[in-house]
Amino acid sequence: MASIIEIKGLTKRYASGFEALKGVDLTIEEGEIFALLGPNGAGKTTMISIICGIARATVGSVTVAGHDIVRDYRGARTAIGLVPQELSTDQFEQVIDTVTFSRGLFGKPRNDAYVEKILRDLSLWDKRNAKILELSGGMKRRVMIAKALSHEPRVLFLDEPTAGVDVELRRDMWKLIGELRQTGVTIILTTHYIEEAEEMADRVGVINKGELMLVEEKTTLMKKLGKKALTVVLADPIDAVPAELAEWAVTLGADGHEIDYIFDTQAERTGVSSLLRKLGDLGIAYKDLNTRQSSLEDIFVSLVHQEKAV
Amino acid sequence: MSLRNLRAIASIYRFELHRFRRTLLTGLLVPVITTSLYFVVFGGAIGSRMTEVDGIPYAAFIVPGLIMMAMFTESIFNASFGIYMPKFTGTIYELLSAPVSAAETIVAYVGAAATKSLIVGAIIFLTAHLFVDVPVAHPVAMVGFMVLIAVSFCLFGFILGIWAQSFEQLQVIPLLLIMPMTFLGGAFYSVHMLAEPWRTITLFNPIVYLISGFRWTFFGRGDVGIEFSLIFVAGMLAVCIAIIGWMFRTGYRLKK
Repeated sequence: MASIIEIKGLTKRYASGFEALKGVDLTIEEGEIFALLGPNGAGKTTMISIICGIARATVGSVTVAGHDIVRDYRGARTAIGLVPQELSTDQFEQVIDTVTFSRGLFGKPRNDAYVEKILRDLSLWDKRNAKILELSGGMKRRVMIAKALSHEPRVLFLDEPTAGVDVELRRDMWKLIGELRQTGVTIILTTHYIEEAEEMADRVGVINKGELMLVEEKTTLMKKLGKKALTVVLADPIDAVPAELAEWAVTLGADGHEIDYIFDTQAERTGVSSLLRKLGDLGIAYKDLNTRQSSLEDIFVSLVHQEKAV
Repeated sequence: MSLRNLRAIASIYRFELHRFRRTLLTGLLVPVITTSLYFVVFGGAIGSRMTEVDGIPYAAFIVPGLIMMAMFTESIFNASFGIYMPKFTGTIYELLSAPVSAAETIVAYVGAAATKSLIVGAIIFLTAHLFVDVPVAHPVAMVGFMVLIAVSFCLFGFILGIWAQSFEQLQVIPLLLIMPMTFLGGAFYSVHMLAEPWRTITLFNPIVYLISGFRWTFFGRGDVGIEFSLIFVAGMLAVCIAIIGWMFRTGYRLKK
């Protein structure tokens, strides 16, 4: 895949001296869904704002579809659609008017058929003549996506697309993003919801305190850093973990009915079989075994905590 | 300038005028009522005791001042509100992330605001004709002067809109500076009517030159020479363009 965004040494330093971004290097491939994860204030929105032209970089360069965002800002911005985090809309405008306006703002000729297609795809067609202030929060979010897509961008930035959206709408949004990817649009989304990245992203970047801590294929990342949890469901409850099980660092759960053991799937010896043997030696009978892959959230929390520890 | 750029300008221009259409009734009715009231108060009540100023019937004499006063206010209000509202609501992100240059942005916003201001100016001009016969000595110059004033004050309003960080700040300059300067700038009297030192002091008020210049297009004479009025308008245009250019170059109160 060819790259569509190249970020080199991107630094943002405010007048106060605070560094929101510290020399970030990142390449986004065309057609992928890239999830940028990070806690509040990590620098996610700052990075997007710089790429889109809303904020200025202190140092570093960014190209979008081969166009430098400063020297050739027209070329770069033409390729970008942005859905910001805040629900910022012209409340008194009609849905169809605001989407048509966005298309014109980006210099595209009027195309009512295309605008209709977007509105239909986003289930907004029935609301096309409604004023934005009459819409629900989820619908407003859709209007913002429609505006961002109105000029047929190659790259779509979604800054916290499902923030404050209920579970059902969030699922709808994920479906929509999946459909957008099918059209070839590159999608970069920032999110707090790890499950969102886990559900949709091809690659994941973790940013914290302005530094990009890692960028990895989601599946590779989960395989590489992923751990599994083994739950041994006991036939009879026990009061405490026997001292003989100390080397496995198991924990007791479900009021003594379960033993939990976390193991590294990449390790030469996982310790599972030896643990089960030891349980047999100790006469602890079990009636079921469950394993669970650790989630992206576990990985993310572990990474951020490592950073804090350093 | 490419077709793409023109489309972007046209979009902003149409959007801004659309906003004006939403408030068409108040937008048009308010200047008509205000002008009528001025004629009742100044033209009728005071004008009956002050029949002529510099050989011009008083009711006709105040027409250029009334038009200018309304256009100053409208231009500043329209342009400042036009750019301040996107900042206030957050929709400025769309403008900043669009492939639109600073010059195109200014042409679109200031063009739309100036159009509204000119419409209001024309309405007041027509309303005045219902009360008094107003001759226009230089009609082309009158229209040209109105356009120059509308654009200059819209640029000034645009600067205020970018600078303002609250609705109070948005109103403080028009209400506390422009309005008093207009009243004291010869909108309702000739500077020649003032005794010294007030006459000389008044000449430091830049609004005097604008109203005088506009009055010249009606009656062929003003408080100061037309060349001074034109120099002042040109100077104001240049200063406003320079300030806006700096604001966009540095991202002042637009970009983080």
